[in-house]
Formats: sequence, C-alpha cells, structure tokens
Amino acid sequence: MLKHIVLALLAAGSIAQAEIALTGAGASFPAPVYQKWTYSYSQQTPGTTVTYQSIGSGAGINQIKAGTVDFAGSDNPLTLEQQQADALVQVPMLTGGVVVIVNLRGVPNGQLKLSKDVLARIFLGDIKYWNDKAIAAINPGLRLPKMKITVVHRADSSGTSFIFTNYLSKISADWKQKVGQGSAVKWPVGIGGQKNPGVCNNVARIQGAIGYTEYTYAVEAKLNCAMLENADGQYVKPTMETFTASASCADWDNAPGFYMELTNIPGAKSWPITGVTYILLRKDMPAERREAMKEYISWCFDEGAAAATELNYVPLPESVAEKVEDKLDD
Amino acid sequence: MQQTDTIFRTTCLLCASLVGLLMLGIFIQLGMHSADTWSRFGLSFLWTQDWDPAADLYGAWPNIAGTLLTTAIALLIAIPLSFVAALFVTEAPGWLAKPLSHCIDLLAAIPSVIYGMWGLFVLVPLLQEHVQPFLVDELRLTELPGGTWLLGEGYSGFGFFTAGIILSLMILPYMSAIMRDVFRMTPPMLRESAYGLGCTRWETTRDVIMRYGIRGLLGGIFIGMGRALGETMAVLFVIGNMMDLPAGLFSSGTTIAATLACNFAEADGLQLSALFALGLILLLMSFSIQVAAQYYLHLTRGARGER
Repeated sequence: MLKHIVLALLAAGSIAQAEIALTGAGASFPAPVYQKWTYSYSQQTPGTTVTYQSIGSGAGINQIKAGTVDFAGSDNPLTLEQQQADALVQVPMLTGGVVVIVNLRGVPNGQLKLSKDVLARIFLGDIKYWNDKAIAAINPGLRLPKMKITVVHRADSSGTSFIFTNYLSKISADWKQKVGQGSAVKWPVGIGGQKNPGVCNNVARIQGAIGYTEYTYAVEAKLNCAMLENADGQYVKPTMETFTASASCADWDNAPGFYMELTNIPGAKSWPITGVTYILLRKDMPAERREAMKEYISWCFDEGAAAATELNYVPLPESVAEKVEDKLDD
Repeated sequence: MQQTDTIFRTTCLLCASLVGLLMLGIFIQLGMHSADTWSRFGLSFLWTQDWDPAADLYGAWPNIAGTLLTTAIALLIAIPLSFVAALFVTEAPGWLAKPLSHCIDLLAAIPSVIYGMWGLFVLVPLLQEHVQPFLVDELRLTELPGGTWLLGEGYSGFGFFTAGIILSLMILPYMSAIMRDVFRMTPPMLRESAYGLGCTRWETTRDVIMRYGIRGLLGGIFIGMGRALGETMAVLFVIGNMMDLPAGLFSSGTTIAATLACNFAEADGLQLSALFALGLILLLMSFSIQVAAQYYLHLTRGARGER
C-alpha cells in the first residue's frame, strides 16, 4: 500500500516537473491570433501550456523588462541598440494592417476615399466637417453630410498608435513637426478610447467619428473602413491582398534586430499602414523554457499560419521564419 | 497579569496606529516616486498644460482643471437633488419615506463600472443624438454671448458634462443620507414651535432645520465632493480622455483619476514619475477635503447624539 502511494507521488512529481507554463503579455494588435494559437498549442502539446494577456505593447515591454512574463508582444519595434541595452531578443511574428474606420450614415463600407493630405489634416483638426471641400473633391459620387468630424484615438499608450503616427509623420510634414510619432502622442483633437476595442466602440457610438484600429477589430465590430491613398497615389481597400502586397516589400535582409517599418510602402497595390508585430524574449531565459518557447514559435510559423490568415493577418514568408528560428538557436 | 496587560495594550496600539502609518507610507511612497517630476519641473508642474509623452514634457493643469470641473458640475446637480430628496424623506409619512429612503441608499450599492457602462451605452448616445443637438442646434445656445465659452465648440456626447451627470448620481446617495440625518436631528420642539408660530413647511426648513444643521450639510457636501474627485471608472468611460484644458461643458478632457487609470500600465521613466505626482496631487486634494468634511461633521456631532 505504502509502495503505491510513494509511486503515485513520484509520478505526480515528475509530471509537475515536465509541465512548462509559458506566460506572455503585451500588444492587443495581434491578441486575436495569439489567443487562438496559445489555446490550440496548449491543447495539442502535452506538458506545455502557453497563455497570452492582451495588456498593450508598452505594458508588455515593462513586464518583460521586469521579468514577470516569459515573452512580450509588441508592435512598437525596438532598434538593435534598444534590445541590447535591456538584454532582450526581438523576433517578428506577423504582419497586420491598421485601418481607418468611420461612422458615416449613408456612406457604404469601403467607399469613402481619403487622400494622404486629407487624412493628416483630419487628424490634425484642420478639416472639421465631413462636407469639407477637400473631402468632397476626392469623393464625387458620395453624399457627405454636414456633420462634425470626431477623431477617436487610443487613450493608452499603444503599438497601433505608433504604427499610425509613424505613417502620418511620413506623409505630412505638418504632423511630423507638430505631433511626431510615438506610442503615445499629444493628439491635437478628438477623444480617446481604451485599447483597440475601446476605439471601435467609440467610433460605433459617435455619428461622424473617424478612428484607426487593427483590421480584425474593425471586422469584428462591423465598422466601415475607408479607402486610403498609398505611396503610389492609388486608392486601395484594406484586404488581405493589399496587406500582403505591402508585407512582401519588407527587406528583412537589411533589418538589424528585425527592426522594420512597413508604412507608406511603394507598390500600386500596397496598403499604406501595415505593421509588424513582434515577440520579445529575455536573453537570460532559462534554457529549458527557451527550448519550449522555440518549439512554440516554430509551431506558430508552421501550423499557425492558417489561423492567422483566417483572422486577416499576413504570416511571415518562410525565409524570414527560418531566420527567426536561426536567431533563436544562438 | 501585569505583563499580559502591557502586551495586549501594545498590540492594540500597533493595530490602531496601522491606519495612520499606512496613510503616511502612501504619502512617502508617492512623494519618492514622483521626486523626478518635482525636481525636473518644480512647482510649475501644477500649472503647466503640456502633456506630451513623445517630447517627455508633462504638466498637471489639464488634469487638475478637469477634476475640478467635473466635481463642480456633479455638485451643482447633486446638491439641490440630494437636499430636496432628504427633505422629502424626513417630512413624508413613514410608509412612503421608508421605501424611498432605502431606494436612495441602494444607489450607493451600484458599482461604479456599472455607472460607466450605463453612461457609455445610454447617456452618451442620448446626449449626442437628442439633448446636445437640441441645445446647440435648435435653441442655438452657443450663439448667445458667452455661449461658446460655456458650452464649447461642437459636441460628441462625451465630455465633462456627461461625466458630471454620472458623478452627481454616484454621490447623491451619500450626500442625501447625511443630510437626512442632519434634518432628523433637529429637536422636535424647535420644529413644532416654528409650526406653532404659523411658519409654512418651507419656512420651517429654511429658518430652523437648515440653520440648525448647516454644518452637517456642509459635511455632507464635502463627503460627496471627496468621492467625486477620486472617481475613476465611470469617468474614464465618458470623459473623452483628451489631455486638454476644458474648452466648455461639452468638450472632452480628462481627470487625474482617469489619466492614471489610462496610462499607468504602460508608462515608464519620467511619465511614470509624472503619474505618481498626479496621484500625490489627487491624494492631497481628497485628503484635505476629507479633513474638512470630518471637521464639519465633528462640529455637529454633539447635536446628533454621537457623544
């Protein structure tokens, strides 16, 4: 009898030892995919569970620096120097699109066109009404109401804001000089929402609102997206096709530390505001956990790609995935 | 025996001073963490209005002004309401006064996040689609002299006015409960004498009950004010979260508590220190208001029989 108990205890002990729980936290931009990935991976892989909390890029970076999580999600790319300063490793996971969402009665989804100049001037507060001549001139077929434009942006610090303000800084000298880029900036006009869902919610509530969010959130909230003018002067709709066109222009061979900006990418079909979302790891991660993390990441590249595409994110090309796996082997 | 007494007394003393020590600890901790901000910006942090994380420049004035404005709106609405409610509850017959009084108390049991959700899903669309268009587009209030100054340009349903309305509902039960107790403590003899002299109910209230309980009334108002200052979740949902000075009642802005809740998880470096400094300011504000409230309530304590 005693022997059985001892055996049972030993067995329980060895199971507990083999069980590895990886926790991650950070960006809400890729959270829909990460939630799917971590769930399926934990189901399929005995001995490893992975969880991810969507708390925002900045918070994720703070957590990984403090060592409270195994990996952090971030859309705000760190340069190689920044990674080295904090002893972090940054690897890309996915590419996704940031879209401009509007709440305008009588304007069908994907019909409103916004040029670079108009987009920047709306977010600067120069264009105040939807029936402004500048908007009407590029949308001859639409009946635009005389309604006040309410800009909605992120109230918290956010990687999505970084991607969006990075784009506005590239297309508008005014924006670059007055506001600049960053995960939290001094917004000239508008109201703030909490995280991607908060922005969607506020846009959905306010007549005449305009905001920006990761594409999946816009689809889930059934919000109308605007067509944007890209670097080649073409108006493009946010679709997998245009996101992929933009992602395929990324030059990963010349990206030290995988630092990559994917805004205002040339190409007639490129969506102008795309961003890469990253995972950050600590260099001093214990070997055993690092091994488990590596397995998880290569699973994401191989098996997870389909789930990502389903949720409108662009998986990384195979060559980049290999590079990432090499990097993790060091 | 003597020794156990001493041990017991020391233990009790420690427990009793724990609250004070905690309070002191919080002040010290907030002070230490915000030291960078104070040494970088000095006291001008209080009246600087820039909040620019990209340039690492911080000023507290939009937060302070927003906090004061929402609190003021809340008080303006809640004082008359809670006063009238308390008055009615004291004067009404028992079968009506009791359930009404319980209803008001129940308001205090609603969690603040529920008020926030109600604000976002009911009050904001209501104000945006009906109330504000009526006031601005039909009555053209903004075209009156000073109208734009008072209401601001444009409206979105979010903003100080909305936050003030929600706050007023939240502080109403607290203020009303205290006012009710104050009204009830008026000696029946005084009240009956007033009636005997031929005073109407309103005259009795104004000249006898209010005079008698004025300090209790002030205490109640201060309690409500203290609560309105620090309220976070409900305000966060509807204030609009813009780091701007108030530009009218319908404009969007922020309060200290909302700024803290929004930015705390993501902040680091000087921004984190600035947030701690904001926390210290908020603590000082509500601490001094609580002290004032306790002082006024203390003055009327004897009369209320809590010797």
